Amino acid sequence: MRIDWKSYNPGAFYDELISSPGHARKPGRILAKYLGSLKSEDLQQRKAAAELAIKAMGISFTVYSEAGNIDREWPFDIIPRIITETQWRQTSKGLEQRLRALNCFIHDIYNDQKILKDKVVPAELIAKSANFRKECVGMKPRFDVWAHICGTDLIRDTDGRFYVLEDNLRVPSGVSYMLENRQVTKRVFPELFENYNIQPITEYTAQLFDTLAAISPRPLDYPEVVVLTPGIYNSAYFEHSFLAQQMGAELVEGGDLVVEDDCVYMRTINGLSRVDVIYRRIDDLFLDPEVFHPDSVLGVRGLMRAWLKGNVALANAPGAGVADDKVIYTYVPAMIKYYLGEDPILENVPSYLCIDKKQCKYVLENLDKLVVKPANESGGYGMLMGPQASKKERDEFALKIKANPRNYMAQPLIGLSTAPVLGERGAEPRHIDLRPFILQGKSSYVTPGGLTRVAMVKGSYVVNSSQGGGSKDTWIVSEGES
Amino acid sequence: MLSRVAERVYWLGRYLERAENSARLLNVYSTLLLDLPRGAKIGWHTLVEITGSRADFDEKYQVTDERSVNRFLIADPKNHSSILNSLSMARENARTTREIIPAEAWEQINNLYLFARENVGKAVTRGPRNQFLQEIISYCQQITGLFAGAMSHNSGYNFIRIARSLERADMTTRIVDVGSVALLPSLAGKSASEQVPEPYTNMIWMSVLRSLSAYQMYRQHVLDRVNGEDVVTFLLQDAQFPRSVVHSLHKLESCLQTLPNNEAALQQLAVTRALAIDATIPQLLQKGLLEYIDELQVEIAGIHARITDTWFLPAVSGQQQS
Repeated sequence: MRIDWKSYNPGAFYDELISSPGHARKPGRILAKYLGSLKSEDLQQRKAAAELAIKAMGISFTVYSEAGNIDREWPFDIIPRIITETQWRQTSKGLEQRLRALNCFIHDIYNDQKILKDKVVPAELIAKSANFRKECVGMKPRFDVWAHICGTDLIRDTDGRFYVLEDNLRVPSGVSYMLENRQVTKRVFPELFENYNIQPITEYTAQLFDTLAAISPRPLDYPEVVVLTPGIYNSAYFEHSFLAQQMGAELVEGGDLVVEDDCVYMRTINGLSRVDVIYRRIDDLFLDPEVFHPDSVLGVRGLMRAWLKGNVALANAPGAGVADDKVIYTYVPAMIKYYLGEDPILENVPSYLCIDKKQCKYVLENLDKLVVKPANESGGYGMLMGPQASKKERDEFALKIKANPRNYMAQPLIGLSTAPVLGERGAEPRHIDLRPFILQGKSSYVTPGGLTRVAMVKGSYVVNSSQGGGSKDTWIVSEGES
Repeated sequence: MLSRVAERVYWLGRYLERAENSARLLNVYSTLLLDLPRGAKIGWHTLVEITGSRADFDEKYQVTDERSVNRFLIADPKNHSSILNSLSMARENARTTREIIPAEAWEQINNLYLFARENVGKAVTRGPRNQFLQEIISYCQQITGLFAGAMSHNSGYNFIRIARSLERADMTTRIVDVGSVALLPSLAGKSASEQVPEPYTNMIWMSVLRSLSAYQMYRQHVLDRVNGEDVVTFLLQDAQFPRSVVHSLHKLESCLQTLPNNEAALQQLAVTRALAIDATIPQLLQKGLLEYIDELQVEIAGIHARITDTWFLPAVSGQQQS
């Protein structure tokens, strides 16, 4: 299993480490040389050490299957991904700019709707949006921020530039894996940390806590911040628990909370205790059976009343998902200009909206070249990968699009960048993306790097962990290191 | 501290202690039974009695031999209290309270469960079984040490200690109960064939002590040779030995005192402890020991009930933990 970079061929794709067989990109040279120098036993041993660390640290995620829910160890590739600090500085600014604009948009939609009146975004899109919550109209959360935590998916095309694939504004997950990946890498390759200036990422949980504490309705030195989880059978339960632990916050389930006199309390061994801020990891529609799904047992009866009265803060705010619709996504560059008067720093992937007759016609005629996505699904579900689909699948999908054009948008298939993944026969290129996490409240914060997700199957573009994807540690390094 | 979390760490404490106790018990009996004559009233079935799982056992096994009893007590998924099930439940409760227990403790509990799951097959034969059980005991001790040394001595820690004390008190009464049935002339049946021959009683009482790691401390405390009366008195009433019923109840009391709204639980504790302290063992050995131990077990269960009523959510108590 030795790594011979001369036989590593990324082909037509942009590879993060190797520009052409035998040649590493400048910031990755030390890493590539080091990996190439390791004997087969060494590599095996490092790989085994990583697997052991993951098992011992109990880093897992849950997979739903017919045989029940299985708690699986987190799939991790030991070769880190390197991004230069120079490139990241720009990207990071772009991410922060994007979230500011998105929050302006959400606030506007639930209040004055100026952007609709000015016809920058068609009003029809909001009227038909599955994630618009009429219950939130008129609400003014602290700092006018609705999406406090955002996970934006970036991809690198063959030109080596980052593009935004989507913004996750509801309950984005993955940040705990980003943090744990770094821990694992430190155990596996401690010596590499001496040769690189790698930006630390551990600050995230402190930043998250500060962001949450700052939106407390009661001006306390130590507001009660809790993490609300759907429970142990949720695929991201590990993360909920991890974040609560790192922030020193209580991890609560719906049954632990109760609303009295429009305030939220948790049941403790001392009796009821007031809650100020809820970092909720439950979807909008399960939050409060009084307002949304009446049979939801995950949420808390009366929670929306308490929130609307301003007695508790919710992060992200209910209704924030109106902006992470994949159709609304195409308007984000316009939002940035409209609200901030700035040029977008990061570009979107070119997109076609099926709601537009002309664009829809193009989509239907070119299904074999396009990726078609439903507006509101996440986790990679419900989409059509045109170039890989059969004619029958494409025809069936065309019917779905015609039946509900508002619900679909299409993008050309982006040649996702690759990175070397350690397999049975050494290193092989696999497609990857990147999910940085952005916080906004009183101030803003962007994680240095993010979670790199890997399609572990050769040639595959599917990076979601629920569908067999893996991950890598991601390093933002300053150039010119020894 | 959240009521639900309090309940989960409590069960974490109980299951860990139960797994450790079961491992000790099996280890000691494996050694002891090698020395006993065939047909002695004490045998592999005794372990099934001690763990109070006769009905579950009979449902599945025809013969009460070494193989089936060990399989049942160590690995059987149908036995709620098997070592593997206890460890799995301990892990599940730890996994759902990771945000409040020390990360290292969770890692060790997780490792312990993975170790047990992977090596349980080896526990079939005596040699590797002994090693397997020793390993489990030492893992449990490490975890207890991590709680003591790396967790703030807060409510969560106190719930773990409460659970441990209750589980110990309960286990000790069971071991005394079964030991007495087998060994005391007043209880063991009238016919000579049912009596354990004299040279063996001594040895068995020593094993009873060993199964609670009490032999050495007993020898230091009781200067007379090992005999039933002193052993039962020591295990039920000694104030200093950590696994005696009275000592466990003392520890329990000091933990309960740190918790809010503790009146009902403390009251039940006082009743139970009085019952343990005031008993005249020599008299009970002549008559009424088994009834007495039953009564003691009911009171101990009463402490658990008060704790549940006071601090845990009714909704969560409905989950099947026992």
